[in-house]
Amino acid sequence: MNINNKIAKTYIFSNKKLTAVGVLGVLLGMSVYIFMNCLMVGFDRTSNMTVFKNTAHIRVYKDDEISKPLIKDSIAPYLIINPKIVPKINTIINPKKILQILKNDENVVIATPQVNTNVFYNNGKSQISGTAIGIIPEEANNMFDIKSTMVEGHLDHLIHNPNGIIIGSGVAEKMNLTTGDNINLTSSKGINRTLKIIGIFKTNNYNIDKIKSYINMPLAQQILKEGNTYITDINVKVADPETAEPIAAHLTELTGYNAESWQKSNETIVAAGRMRKIIISFVSFTILLIAGFGIYNILNMTVSQKINDIAILKAMGFKGNDVVRIFVTQAVSIGVMGVIGGVAMATVVITLLKKVYIGGDIGYFPINYESTKYLQGIIIGLVITFFAGYIPAKKAANVDPVEILRR
Amino acid sequence: MKTVLKTEKIDKYFHDPVEFQVLKDISFEVNRGEFLSMIGKSGSGKSTLLYILSTMDTEYSGQLHIDGQLVTGLPIDSLAEIRNEKIGFVFQFHYLLPEFTCLQNVMIPALKLGKYSEEEIENKAFEKLKILGLEDQALKSANKLSGGQQQRVAIARALINDPCIIMGDEPTGNLDSKNSNIVFDIFQNLTREFGQTIIAVTHDEDFAHRSDRIIEMKDGNILAH
Repeated sequence: MNINNKIAKTYIFSNKKLTAVGVLGVLLGMSVYIFMNCLMVGFDRTSNMTVFKNTAHIRVYKDDEISKPLIKDSIAPYLIINPKIVPKINTIINPKKILQILKNDENVVIATPQVNTNVFYNNGKSQISGTAIGIIPEEANNMFDIKSTMVEGHLDHLIHNPNGIIIGSGVAEKMNLTTGDNINLTSSKGINRTLKIIGIFKTNNYNIDKIKSYINMPLAQQILKEGNTYITDINVKVADPETAEPIAAHLTELTGYNAESWQKSNETIVAAGRMRKIIISFVSFTILLIAGFGIYNILNMTVSQKINDIAILKAMGFKGNDVVRIFVTQAVSIGVMGVIGGVAMATVVITLLKKVYIGGDIGYFPINYESTKYLQGIIIGLVITFFAGYIPAKKAANVDPVEILRR
Repeated sequence: MKTVLKTEKIDKYFHDPVEFQVLKDISFEVNRGEFLSMIGKSGSGKSTLLYILSTMDTEYSGQLHIDGQLVTGLPIDSLAEIRNEKIGFVFQFHYLLPEFTCLQNVMIPALKLGKYSEEEIENKAFEKLKILGLEDQALKSANKLSGGQQQRVAIARALINDPCIIMGDEPTGNLDSKNSNIVFDIFQNLTREFGQTIIAVTHDEDFAHRSDRIIEMKDGNILAH
């Protein structure tokens, strides 16, 4: 073993209490850092999952337009002094071509059409207003994972039953309906249909469960008195939801229709997530930094205690770099021990928390072993310990032996 | 006889708190195997001179040659290498590393030099301890020894790299007369039997007069040598 390492090792083990305090500081800082960051990733994932049960990554639709003057006149820019929304049908023209364009885009994983209809659910005397969504069941399932929310019946049955409907648990509860019962639908165009309930879903978000239902797309088109090219939305799924925003901008240009990313339609959730990220990053980093200060303190103390040793070592021919190496080795050793302990402790805490049941649509505590966060914590922890050791070590290296030895 | 240390016109000033010349035009030579004592009153500049000779103090004008090599103006790291290889130190307060055993303390400069394997160094260190009559203390922790024993360990440490010169700053200053005599005898033995060069700053008149050569200093000048 190199003599510098030997001396560093002796310093580490000769003052076990001090070393233990340093290690404990890093251990706690490290485990809290990893734990909090894993928690953050878990929270984000859960919150996104909740969002993606109802919202597509990107929604392509025809936006309302304000009436514009036919001629652009620079002298009198406002030919229409009271512009209004043009009463146009909110349909995507030539949806097959648009769908094809979307599907050909390399970023798009799934693109599926959808028809939104505002309806009244009638059962006997009770009436609830809601939204019936016309879907292509298989594609919509890939998109929103509807199957995972089904509490009764099967989504697959919708494929074979053109007059079937899957209703939200809230609707079912309010109207006292179960699978197999009939329900009457009245559309905004005044069309009345009696449909068979083939399933009930529950998203645990009551505001959705009490209004939403799924029907086959052709049926939705029929009750709106529209043809089979009538499509209100095209839902798009991309590989990485985080990249939805730039892709949405790209798709807007590509199709000429309004493509809206989920971030835009869920700005509150995105903003909350961002705030959470800032707070957790700040707090966890600060805790690690404090651990660094602990090491800095310990090293400073060691340097002061060993100032005679440093002087004598320098007199015997140890260079400034040797002295730096001795103390940095000591700091990094404490750091490595703390990091290893911290990783172990974070793993234990996460393992325990994973088993805690929260309830609601979250279920078990949303935390997992995030390797990137582990790695991030280890790297930041080691960098901090290095510098926490380097600063006092540099001070030790600059000790003038003559000054100490002549005292 | 071969010259191992030579100074030429060394001047040194202290600037704080007032400008003050500590050393004035110091020129002398030391030959191999000489046992040299530097004496003088407090503030005569003898310790300051010793630390210049040791290469640790580099703020002076004039020239210093060690073992035929001009060391004045060399970078700090080269000076550290020279100290490691060619100079052994014995201080007033033993300055052993208290967490290490005696043997390890003696080995440290040699391990730093890295010329021999650890095993060889260990054997050598043990031999040096034996010369100083400390072989049975070798594995004891350094802070478990008496002052006189610690000083002998420090001498063994100074010897480990077979240096050209051993420099002592009041090597007996902290010892009683019995241990002072032991240390003196060791020094004398080293010069007589091993041809070791020793330069020691001392207050101890008796110690100085028994050595081969005395340099007496006063007010930054060499009075007699």
